[in-house]
Amino acid sequence: MDVGLGQEITKPATPALALEVDDLTKSFGGIVALDGVSLWAARGEVTAIVGDNGAGKSTLIKCVTGIHRPERGTIRLAGHDVDLSSPEVARKAGVETVYQDLSLVDDLSVVQNFFLGREDTCSLGPLRWLDRRGMARRVAELLSLLSVNVPSPSARVRRLSGGQRQAIAIARAATFGSHLVIMDEPTASLGVQETVRVENVICRLRDQGVPIILISHDMQQVLRLTDRVWVLRGGRLAGGGPTGGLDGEQLVALITGVKDRPA
Amino acid sequence: MLSNRLPTWQGARLLGSRPDFWSNWTALIALAVLCLVFGIGASHFLSAGNVEDVLTESAVLVILAVGQSFVILTAGIDLSEVAILTLGAVLLGEVVTHAGGLGIGFACLAAVAGGAAMGLLNGLTIAKVRITDFIVTLGALGVASGLALVLTSGTPTQITSNFLLRLSTGSVGPIGYPVLVAVAVVIAGHWTLFHTRFGAHVLATGGDREAARAMGVRIDRVRIAVYLISGILAGLTAVLYTARIGAAEPAPDTTLLLDAIAATVLGGVSLFGGRGTILGPAVGAVLLTALANGLTLMAVSQFYEPLVVGLVVVGAAGLMRYQRG
Repeated sequence: MDVGLGQEITKPATPALALEVDDLTKSFGGIVALDGVSLWAARGEVTAIVGDNGAGKSTLIKCVTGIHRPERGTIRLAGHDVDLSSPEVARKAGVETVYQDLSLVDDLSVVQNFFLGREDTCSLGPLRWLDRRGMARRVAELLSLLSVNVPSPSARVRRLSGGQRQAIAIARAATFGSHLVIMDEPTASLGVQETVRVENVICRLRDQGVPIILISHDMQQVLRLTDRVWVLRGGRLAGGGPTGGLDGEQLVALITGVKDRPA
Repeated sequence: MLSNRLPTWQGARLLGSRPDFWSNWTALIALAVLCLVFGIGASHFLSAGNVEDVLTESAVLVILAVGQSFVILTAGIDLSEVAILTLGAVLLGEVVTHAGGLGIGFACLAAVAGGAAMGLLNGLTIAKVRITDFIVTLGALGVASGLALVLTSGTPTQITSNFLLRLSTGSVGPIGYPVLVAVAVVIAGHWTLFHTRFGAHVLATGGDREAARAMGVRIDRVRIAVYLISGILAGLTAVLYTARIGAAEPAPDTTLLLDAIAATVLGGVSLFGGRGTILGPAVGAVLLTALANGLTLMAVSQFYEPLVVGLVVVGAAGLMRYQRG
């Protein structure tokens, strides 16, 4: 592996690893989108994956979330080999993704959105009904734990600000993503203050031991927020290492490949 | 000066923008206004006897509106609902005529099963073959009413059955059986929509199909299920409808479909899906029935009825628009 950041990479012992990707390869037609990429993400860390458009970030993520199946390579979650044949399988395996479009239904309440697709129910004989009170209580607890402020768990998502919506989508992913939470540009559409709030939520999740992968074009955010960064370029891993000690210019150089050229 | 006024202005705005206030209560407010106007205009309107009549007469429309609501809540539409009712009534009549030995219970079951089959076919075609709901149910409207005409050669079948007679005229206290059936359907519908996982998925499917799909909601199943529900309820109303007129009538009641959709919209269900209730459309159905009844009592020519219904529907929609604007 090309350790492009000039720092020693010591892979932690398996128990601390949330995700290990080994030799992942995927091509579309004649175009190799991902070419033998190996990387990993540890528990209690925010791991950044950066790269220019077309570098293979989304292909990599789509392999880990079960949307694409790689031609070669293995994916291990918490030390176990997994075959993520579909998005449902990936979700069941404990991988949650916060997409840019958030996947929130505007007309439903915070609680309904939070539990959408995996509602808690009570049952009596053949009858099964929603445990509405229980779900509302859980959401209130989870949101207060992450210091996410919403008017009320029964408020329609439509009435919330962009930052609140993003925080809810992240909290939801963190609640159900037992092995990995992937965030795709979580603050791209937010203002400065809201970005700070969402970043605080991400930090709190990390402190709780939730393994997070962050995809971002905002280099300052990557430097501020993440513990480890992997750089993809042209479908290959261009480098990777701890974020500490890096600066934006080094990172940009690695993404664009300028550093490779003789000075 | 301005700062003194600001709080009041904000207060008024807050009241007006209370979430869903107008869309949830439009039908009820309109019904109250209607009772007031007709109560003054025709003294007989609010008499116990007339109220019972209105409720009994509205039972069919209430049940149709519940079925239509489930479909519209997923951002679909079922234009074939009343044609399925007609087909169900004809199936009931055919079983009574040609297989009377099987009993009236079996005949009623045939009506409901026929409705369920048509609804399932609608749902499968829409969700799996991916043809637009409008086209599919428009086609089903033609198929179901055509089948009804073919099966009967266009002539109504007289049905004499003690069971159906009691169903249409019997009552518990002052409340007729059709009303009880409608109330049971409304309660079951309300419970299903707001207290079950399926109901949550109906609202999510109508609200944002892609988001619901991304969260693992099985959109296709939900969409098939709502047309199935609409078909089953149309079959059920076929029984009530046949009981009321004492015959299986192969010619469809064309205003009934528009009334069912109007009641649903009056009841605050968004045609774009995702928001609405079951109680609202039920009240909307009673409202439309009361409107027709009140106009008759006030000796207004029945030719005015569609005109007034049309104005009320658009007026009510305007009221809801005001809330959202």
